[in-house]
Amino acid sequence: MLEVKNLHASINDKEILKGINLNIKPGEVHAIMGPNGSGKSTLSAVVAGKEEYEVTDGSVILNGEDLDDLAPEERAHKGIFLSFQYPVEIPGVTVTNFIKTAINESRKAKGLEELPAKDMLKLIREKADLLEIDRKFLSRSLNEGFSGGEKKRNEIFQMAMLEPKLAILDETDSGLDIDALKIVANGVNKLKSKDNAVIVITHYQRLLDYIVPDFVHVLHNGKIVKSGGKELAFELEEKGYDWLK
Amino acid sequence: MELKEKLVSSFLAFENKGGLDLDSNVHSIRSKAIQNFEKEGFPTKKDEEWKYTSLKSLLKKDLGLFPSTDKTIGFKDIKEYLINDIESYTLIFIDGVFNSFLSDTTHDDCDVCVLSSALTRPKYKMIVDNYFNTIAKDNNSMAELNTAFTKEGAFINIPKNTIVQKPIQILNFSTGKEKEVMLQPRNLVVVGENSHVQIIERHQNLSKNTTLTNSVTEIFVHKRAIVDFYKIQDDTKDSSIVDSTFVTQKQQSIASVHTYSFGGKIIRNNLEFYHEGEHITSNLNGISILNDKQHVDNHTLVNHKYPNCESHELYKGIYDDKSTGVFNGKVIVEQEAQKTNAFQQNNNILISDGAEINAKPQLEIFADDVKCSHGCTIGQLDESALFYMQSRGIPKKEAKALLLFAFGNDVVEKIKIPQLKTRITKLIAKNLGVDLGFEL
Repeated sequence: MLEVKNLHASINDKEILKGINLNIKPGEVHAIMGPNGSGKSTLSAVVAGKEEYEVTDGSVILNGEDLDDLAPEERAHKGIFLSFQYPVEIPGVTVTNFIKTAINESRKAKGLEELPAKDMLKLIREKADLLEIDRKFLSRSLNEGFSGGEKKRNEIFQMAMLEPKLAILDETDSGLDIDALKIVANGVNKLKSKDNAVIVITHYQRLLDYIVPDFVHVLHNGKIVKSGGKELAFELEEKGYDWLK
Repeated sequence: MELKEKLVSSFLAFENKGGLDLDSNVHSIRSKAIQNFEKEGFPTKKDEEWKYTSLKSLLKKDLGLFPSTDKTIGFKDIKEYLINDIESYTLIFIDGVFNSFLSDTTHDDCDVCVLSSALTRPKYKMIVDNYFNTIAKDNNSMAELNTAFTKEGAFINIPKNTIVQKPIQILNFSTGKEKEVMLQPRNLVVVGENSHVQIIERHQNLSKNTTLTNSVTEIFVHKRAIVDFYKIQDDTKDSSIVDSTFVTQKQQSIASVHTYSFGGKIIRNNLEFYHEGEHITSNLNGISILNDKQHVDNHTLVNHKYPNCESHELYKGIYDDKSTGVFNGKVIVEQEAQKTNAFQQNNNILISDGAEINAKPQLEIFADDVKCSHGCTIGQLDESALFYMQSRGIPKKEAKALLLFAFGNDVVEKIKIPQLKTRITKLIAKNLGVDLGFEL
């Protein structure tokens, strides 16, 4: 599904990613772990198409198509979803209006009609219930004044609405208490299928108790220094990252 | 001949053949006004209040002062500028001349008619003597000039205890029969105790020729009356306006003036509120969305003179290309005006590097038990918010528009006429170059 080949990327002429290789198949969950500053968030931003980053070498290929020239919205239309570590507050745009716009823009890009208001409402309610989101919450301005947990739950709610092929969860566990963590993880697990894939980016092993990865990769200084099964996460939890440097 | 000389020398001719049988009182007001104008002249950038707005390029033109009206204008020509889907009274002026055929006036429960008739009929003499030019006088030279050439405009007189059920639309059209013209409409609005009226005003150039409108509106709001006044400024790129609007309020009244500046070459708004009683509320709302080399200058004044009054001011600006904006918000709280609540906010977004905003909040507070605040921001579109929206599949152009829409939303939310709200929302979408599939 997703192939990252020898990916080099820099920002303001500073190289952050120094040759990343990843191969992700449908139905798989990959965890990317690593210390602060290792390039985890950069990798997710580059895959999502953030323009500030320059890809200097290598490529990101989704279902056989090189994403290099595609804008972030085009990547989203092709099924990439990035759950932000720090979701942005957008005053004046309600959660409902935002997701409606996002869904309908995606449909437009695929040559589909807009989703009828009734179906949209039904879908929104269904997915909100899945994430145990209060209905009142849907008419609030997007992320404005949301708690850390509410922001993350709202990210997964949007993921549930957009039904991506590849979801990247960037430090979704940070700022979550254990109950919120369970709700979020439960939501992700329910959305998992044999046709889609998930990349979980995290600092700690905690989230991986709930979203169990098939593969774990350790990122250090812009490179993947070790890959393994889920037991690698436990090893990291015990020993820290120092032994890998 | 320079425009100033031309105006001064035209004055006598205007007085003699104006066709109005005016009483001596109005005559002397006009004569005094032209003298004041002659003394002061047009404002220049040397005046502190006009530091960022120059009329120079306009005043160099050979502006026609008494254009002949285009009698061929029909409903189809003006339809799109009316808010059509509501019942309303309409006052239509074509090249400064009232068009009774296209208008819908009334004298039933209130007077919605024209100033030329109020100035000449004995029936209205008392109202004219009591109100006409009482707030506009000795204010600014553009208002003096308007007073000197006062001839036509809206006359709205609402007796006490009257809820005017239909909004009143005042539309001033310029047809461009002459290449360059100056128009000077004059409106007088008197709202009696406990009465309520909604007014929508628009100036529209129907041609590609140059128009300079120098408009003055005086609004008197009596005890417990409510006035909502909406100004739509969405004119052509060759149209300029200097709008002076003065509001006097009596106790417990609520007056709101909303200014939407979306189009024009030079737009200058002087908006002033004067309090004459306690427990008054004044609301000033504005949104400007400009591009190209358009210029808008919002000069506002709220003069708090009595205790227990409040004012709420919210102006937002979105500037693209090489457009420029000025916000000068003056709030005076006099010593007697204890327990005043005065809030002012001015937020601006500069979309391009060439755009400019000069913002100057000016608070002069002489009372010690007051709540006054002001906030002013100038920023750019939030790139991280754009990326966030794009990553959810919303294209950059729509994402930008959505952010700008959201930015202006709280000003639009204050519109109390739903059909007008829809129209303003559409105008904003048009000016941002997008068609949004939902309403905010």
